[in-house]
Amino acid sequence: MSTLGEQLLHRIRDAHKRRTLTWWERIYLPAIAQGLWITSMHFWRNLFLHIAHRLGLFRDQPASVTIQYPDQRRITSPRLRTRHRLTKREDGTPRCVACMMCETVCPARCIYIVAGEHPDPNVEKVPKSFDIDLGKCVYCGYCVEACPEDAIRMDTQRHDIAAYSRDGMWLDIKELLNPGTRQFNEPPEKFVQLTPSEFRQLPQTPPPPPPGTGR
Amino acid sequence: MWEELLIKLAVSGAVLGGVLNLAGMQTWLERKQSALMQDRIGANRAYFTVPWWLGGGPVNWVLRKLGGLGILNALADVIKLLTKEDIIPAKGNRFLHTLAPFLSVFFALLAFAAIPIGPPLILGGRQIPLQVADINAGLLFILALASIGVYGVILAGLTSGNNLSTLGGLRAASQMLAYEIALGVSLIGLVVCYGTLDMGLLVERQGELLWGWLPRWGVLLQPVGCIVFMTAALAETKRVPFDLPEGEPEIIGYFTEYSGMKFGLFFLTDFVEVVLVAALTTALFFGGWQVPYLQPGGFVFPWGAVVPVPHLAYVGLGLLSFTVKVVAFIWFFMLIRWTLPRFRYDQLMHLGWKILFPLSLLNIAVTSVVIVVGSAHP
Repeated sequence: MSTLGEQLLHRIRDAHKRRTLTWWERIYLPAIAQGLWITSMHFWRNLFLHIAHRLGLFRDQPASVTIQYPDQRRITSPRLRTRHRLTKREDGTPRCVACMMCETVCPARCIYIVAGEHPDPNVEKVPKSFDIDLGKCVYCGYCVEACPEDAIRMDTQRHDIAAYSRDGMWLDIKELLNPGTRQFNEPPEKFVQLTPSEFRQLPQTPPPPPPGTGR
Repeated sequence: MWEELLIKLAVSGAVLGGVLNLAGMQTWLERKQSALMQDRIGANRAYFTVPWWLGGGPVNWVLRKLGGLGILNALADVIKLLTKEDIIPAKGNRFLHTLAPFLSVFFALLAFAAIPIGPPLILGGRQIPLQVADINAGLLFILALASIGVYGVILAGLTSGNNLSTLGGLRAASQMLAYEIALGVSLIGLVVCYGTLDMGLLVERQGELLWGWLPRWGVLLQPVGCIVFMTAALAETKRVPFDLPEGEPEIIGYFTEYSGMKFGLFFLTDFVEVVLVAALTTALFFGGWQVPYLQPGGFVFPWGAVVPVPHLAYVGLGLLSFTVKVVAFIWFFMLIRWTLPRFRYDQLMHLGWKILFPLSLLNIAVTSVVIVVGSAHP
């Protein structure tokens, strides 16, 4: 009796040796029949399930592993680094204090912040504009880790970004505060500057649930 | 005289229409069957809408459903192929390069002339054989055309002015040589059993009963011949386990330099050849248009029961039986195509020359001995 480790070692040692096939294997037809059996069973099972689904039966058994992408989306882990968003204070202004930590730490240098004053004397600064060039972003998540205010997060569960130009890949502060409102086929907006009163007028939307609910 | 011509035209039109439709639907079958076999969904997006003056709503509803099944993808394919630019390579031979796809598809389609698709139809006192050409050596005719068909492929490879295409053409030639022999020789055992080369007669004799209860189909008399024939015939279609002339991963194949509908013709040839092989397997080994126990008068079961069937229904059942068998074999070949991996070139030659060829020779020897001994001691 040899241990499993020894068996594996023997296997690795003999891996280059060509195994001599038995007569049953050499006539090749049984192996073909076996393969055809497997694939045809998949075929008939899936055909039956597709028809049953049309009739409203066996809904719990999937007939395919396909996720029909734009219509259905895969459920992603909440830890997945997806598109950025800026969190808000209770009054609707961004939590960001324009400390430039994220802009500084960003290895792709894709964050552009213009700082302004916040009317509340307890808050030092507020970004007038906050832009991210997704065409440059490498999704490393350093901005999230560097932020001292928990003002930027990467948890929108959106990762489908396509635009017709490099300029189209920019996210302005409006989109970052209300993720999901920017249509990527619209002409791009860059360096949108908002005053604190305009921040408050932005719709108070909670971060939208991750798009799609899987199959 | 004119009536004869019209009848022939009608029969050949029906055969041609059936074959081309089956071949065209194979693009759909290929997409959907491979998808189901691999737990995918397959083509389900292509559809178009028509304006109200062409039917509007209800027509669009049907089109959407058809698109959901992926059937309209075949239409999209054809539109794409017909509207693409037709490129003839500068180094190629203009005339032969254009001729090759036509040769290829012409001979593949011509072979159907000798295949009987149904029992003779008696209409108004006139007997109409449901077979385009009633050739008394039909089997040889079909084998000859199957071999000529490869000329189109070789021409395409050699006249493209592309080394890889040439390789594809040469591979097709050597593959044809290796498998054509096994294909022909595997059928000799069948000819010995039924004593005829006439396709119509061959199918008719498969309607007899063996030991009074078993249909005398070719596959029961010639199981080895059937396996050798199907393998060699699959090699003739140049599809996946034997797609060396195409060789997608390494040489792209003999049709690399073709575009538009000329490439489409090669594509069509592949599918027509699959139909041809399915029809041949049906006609030679699986009783052709015969339905088990169905005689011209009606069903005669071995336990003595008789169910009379009118003549037109008899012919209809025959046609249906043939179609169902052909479609089943197309499905089966598609199953093989999406299951088995490709052969390496030396494995291909090994299988053709060292296994199939001797096996078919052995089959002839055994069959002949059995026939002679059987007729000496009945």
